[in-house]
Amino acid sequence: MNPNVNKQYLVNYVIALGDDSLTLGHRLSEWSSNAPFLEEDLALSNVALDFIGRAMMFYSYAGETEDAGRGEDDIAYLRDCREYRNLLICELPIGDFADTIARQFLVDNYDVGFYTELMKSADETLAAIAAKAIKESRYHLRRSEEWVKRLGDGTGESHDRIQRAFNNVWGYTHELFEVDKNEQSLINAGIAVDRPALKADWERYAQSVLNEATLDTPDSQWSIRGGREGMHTEHLGYLLAELQFMQRAYPGLEW
Amino acid sequence: MNVAQNIADTAEPGSSELDRLEALLDQVTDPEIPVISIRELGILRDISLAGDQVTVTVTTTYSGCPAMSTIKADIRQTLSAAGYEDVQVKQSLSPAWTTDWMTTEGREKLREYGIAPPQKSGEGHCAVISPGTAVACPQCGSEHTECVSEFGSTACKALYRCLACAEPFDYFKCL
Repeated sequence: MNPNVNKQYLVNYVIALGDDSLTLGHRLSEWSSNAPFLEEDLALSNVALDFIGRAMMFYSYAGETEDAGRGEDDIAYLRDCREYRNLLICELPIGDFADTIARQFLVDNYDVGFYTELMKSADETLAAIAAKAIKESRYHLRRSEEWVKRLGDGTGESHDRIQRAFNNVWGYTHELFEVDKNEQSLINAGIAVDRPALKADWERYAQSVLNEATLDTPDSQWSIRGGREGMHTEHLGYLLAELQFMQRAYPGLEW
Repeated sequence: MNVAQNIADTAEPGSSELDRLEALLDQVTDPEIPVISIRELGILRDISLAGDQVTVTVTTTYSGCPAMSTIKADIRQTLSAAGYEDVQVKQSLSPAWTTDWMTTEGREKLREYGIAPPQKSGEGHCAVISPGTAVACPQCGSEHTECVSEFGSTACKALYRCLACAEPFDYFKCL
């Protein structure tokens, strides 16, 4: 590790990336056995696995770097809401299928840009995780993008519902492109991704897909932020209650 | 790059013990596709021997592949049954796995098993399947097929249907 890099900043950064993956992976897994039809059930569950796998890689690397005896399970199961650092968009409830697809498309679009840049990280482990994740995210994006077009340019009902889903989630996208000074120091060291620089491409791509789907790009006057500071929506507590129940009730349980 | 080359790079020429280890590990199969071994799948990346300690390096296909813990346990069990007690199984992240590492005989076994094998890319970097890529039916060989779902029974497969013989089949995605 670069000696000029603050170790705690790096650990926090890696945990936050794991938190993005775990919360979204957990949300997607809620569709298992509940999706509109079997193929979609399999698809959402498989995408969930990709995200949960990333969380494992990030947490285990954070634990090693921190060197304080915490492993991936401790980091996932034994932190409360305010210690989670995921972007808020990842923790939002699955809603209906349109809500799930709208959020997924916006995140997949972001992830493709993000992991493409993280592959160039001066941190070899982060670059290696990114090299794996980018392949999956390209595939995820292709799928979620197809669904946006099918729903948007589908029936009146599907059009209205996916439009409403985008309107409801859009205000959560601003914080995808905001960094604090600690993260900025990692960007300066060539480790973290310069997220503000991803915004223009992200917007351009999102708009082109929404246009093709006959959807309006929502008015982005409102915005909600705070995930990276541990300020969450009310939904995260319920998510963690389900995710962490077993380890909280039976500490150290394994199977 | 394949395991045979890796071993050739690191081992003494004619090192029979490494050959034996490789043959043993060739018995470890993917728990979800039991006809193909971890060597044929391309996830067995290295075998090394230091004194009595065997270190086996594997990589995952997809980040969240749930078969990995079973595969690691199977490696330990197989080697332990052959008398190797000190076995380390390491998981490597980089370089990221690609279906290009799947061997020719592995591809053929998949096809015989009813799974359409991944296409091989030219430059060792294989993009995800693009719409319009012809995937041949593993049953009748027809390329008159269509994608039903981007994901099949596991993350590494997509669900297809043959329009010639009407059979559904899994396609092992090119990654």
